[in-house]
Amino acid sequence: MSDDAVPAIKPSLPEEQPMIPQPLVELHGWGRASGTMAHLAQIDSVADAVSALRKSDSRRGVVPRGLGRSYGDAAQNAGGTALDLTKMNRILSVDAAGEPPTVTVQAGVSLDHLMRALLPFGLWVPVLPGTRQVTVGGAIAADVHGKNHHTEGSFGNHVHSLDLLMANGKVRTLTPRGDTERLFWATIGGMGLTGAVLRATVALQRTETAYFSVDTHRTSDIDDLMEQMSQRDDAYTYSVAWFDAVTRGRHMGRAVLTRGNKASLAQLPSKLKRDPLKFVAPSLGTLPEIFPNRMINKATAKAFSSAWYYKAPKHRTGELQNITQFFHPLDLLAEWNRIYGPNGFLQYQFVVPFEEADAFRRCLEMIVNSGHLSCLNVLKRFGEANPAPLSFPMPGWTLTVDLPIEQGLDKLCDALDTEVVAAGGRVYLAKDSRLSAATFRQMYPRLDDFLAVRREVDPEGIFNSDLARRLELSKPSIGGAA
Amino acid sequence: MINAVGEPQSLLLLGGTSDIALAIARRYARDGLRVVLAARPSERRTAAASELKSIGCDVTEVDLDARDHESHAASIELAFAGGDIDIAVIAFGLLGDPERAWQDPDLALELAEVNYAAPVHFGVLLGQRMQAQAHGWIVALSSVAGERVRRSNFVYGSTKAGFDGFFLGLGEALREYGVHVLVVRPGFVKSKMTTGLDEVPLAVTPDQVAEAVADAIKAKRELVWVPGPLRVVMSGLRHVPRPLFRRLPI
Repeated sequence: MSDDAVPAIKPSLPEEQPMIPQPLVELHGWGRASGTMAHLAQIDSVADAVSALRKSDSRRGVVPRGLGRSYGDAAQNAGGTALDLTKMNRILSVDAAGEPPTVTVQAGVSLDHLMRALLPFGLWVPVLPGTRQVTVGGAIAADVHGKNHHTEGSFGNHVHSLDLLMANGKVRTLTPRGDTERLFWATIGGMGLTGAVLRATVALQRTETAYFSVDTHRTSDIDDLMEQMSQRDDAYTYSVAWFDAVTRGRHMGRAVLTRGNKASLAQLPSKLKRDPLKFVAPSLGTLPEIFPNRMINKATAKAFSSAWYYKAPKHRTGELQNITQFFHPLDLLAEWNRIYGPNGFLQYQFVVPFEEADAFRRCLEMIVNSGHLSCLNVLKRFGEANPAPLSFPMPGWTLTVDLPIEQGLDKLCDALDTEVVAAGGRVYLAKDSRLSAATFRQMYPRLDDFLAVRREVDPEGIFNSDLARRLELSKPSIGGAA
Repeated sequence: MINAVGEPQSLLLLGGTSDIALAIARRYARDGLRVVLAARPSERRTAAASELKSIGCDVTEVDLDARDHESHAASIELAFAGGDIDIAVIAFGLLGDPERAWQDPDLALELAEVNYAAPVHFGVLLGQRMQAQAHGWIVALSSVAGERVRRSNFVYGSTKAGFDGFFLGLGEALREYGVHVLVVRPGFVKSKMTTGLDEVPLAVTPDQVAEAVADAIKAKRELVWVPGPLRVVMSGLRHVPRPLFRRLPI
């Protein structure tokens, strides 16, 4: 549908200005639970981005969008414009000799693309979330973290500079220190609400191989797991646990803890030494759109959880794993979110400080005893936070569950929110699709710092999204009044 | 917008003192829910507002006069001043004395204005707003009385027949803009509107209507009967030959 078929949404434009096609399409997050319609503008250049921004309807605004991997409504903008930046996907330059080495990319480059391009040079992306199918722009806007947060921090910690398209149509280069540091850090984790990241220079690491030396350990319950993690996490660069969120009683929270370090060349068997930097990322295909709701039910969830637990060795050290095995098993199946059926699902990820381990256990109990079934459950210890006011990670325990949308899920999530707020914790905006504005404010004590920056750079709230409206970030000149 | 677990952030109740509208508000009430009560200023509206406030809602009162069509646009303007509306309920209506209604031209006109012309006017105004925000639900409280108009209350029934048809059509027109319209066809609802009337089988409470509305929104349905079995009853009645229909005690 062409844009002029939508009367009264946009002010009419002079005819001589060529329009970027902006079809009205339904956009949803990875959870597929609450899509809305927006004008999706295909952005091929900085000029396109500026033009789309200038022509947008100021009442509904624009939101930058990458590969749509945030679970909720962060990259949705009902009635407004979404800037599709995935075609701005060029790697502009690599400084392999630098200390650290760096790469400069357009914001639409995916981490998958980046890893494939850099690995042959022995260069490694320092922070990888649970999927490689995210853009660099998205990784910055959500300040994503990976299994190495306790040693390396989140993605924003590794950004040396970024170019931000601001509400006034100007592009500004920002750095973590100096004149632009406030806007820089507000942009890290800022969910695209300070502007659109168009390019970034990111620090890299060097690696000899594309393999990991992994220790696997099965724990009998949640206490065992938390103790194991507390004691020896620092010996590993990467650490994460999958836990069983279905089994109740004595073995509640039994888990498979996997921790590892990058394998050195010497650790590889001779067969792998021939091509130590090989990027092993097979695909098992794309999941078709045939699954009904309630595929995840008591029977399947129990069977899956038991199988996943017992398939892991009780204790094994020094196993070599490739990138897909270690980091991204879900990337084996494209569109895996379809398994949840048309109602979709949500991911609830929260963090509470280390000293609130009891609150953490109570949350886990609430989930396990709720009757809501989650199969993909991740538990991790976070390291230090960074200076970004809306960045999610902070020192403490974080837990993630995938919950199919079912009757009563709202109550469970509200109850978890209450516990998390009381413990001084928070939930992750990149996963969120339901938090209320009031609860959000309690979780992010530095929200006013963020809003102050946003008021300066975008007083009209041109950068806007469904998430921004839901959490009352949309009109900073109003919402910011504390 | 309605979040991933089905919770709206804002409601607009046109006819905000109607029992069904308030039941819908109570059904969705939670801390921070924004509710715009649009109704004629009255003690009843004030009472409704304070009740909703007491259960955590953030309530705004807006004046609405169904018969003063010049005022409608301003009412809608005010209703949307606080931001997007996720669910707008068109709940005002007038039953009138059925025997007077077909013999008193003023009353007949009033029923036609309040039950049909005003909802159509508001429907268009809401449609424009919702089209611009590209999400949201319009819940139109119709009636089974409009599904097959019967002698016993045909003026009311005919207004609801027109109302029902308009909102079904509006739903089709707004589909492609991400806006949903739900037409609700309750049977006999025990409410202030029907006080004093004899109760009939399959009568429901406003709470049951509210529950049915919430379920229908969750399931993204466009048309719902309350109670559900009325759908079967009505589809039978629709086809009863006229000579027979006239003899039915309804």
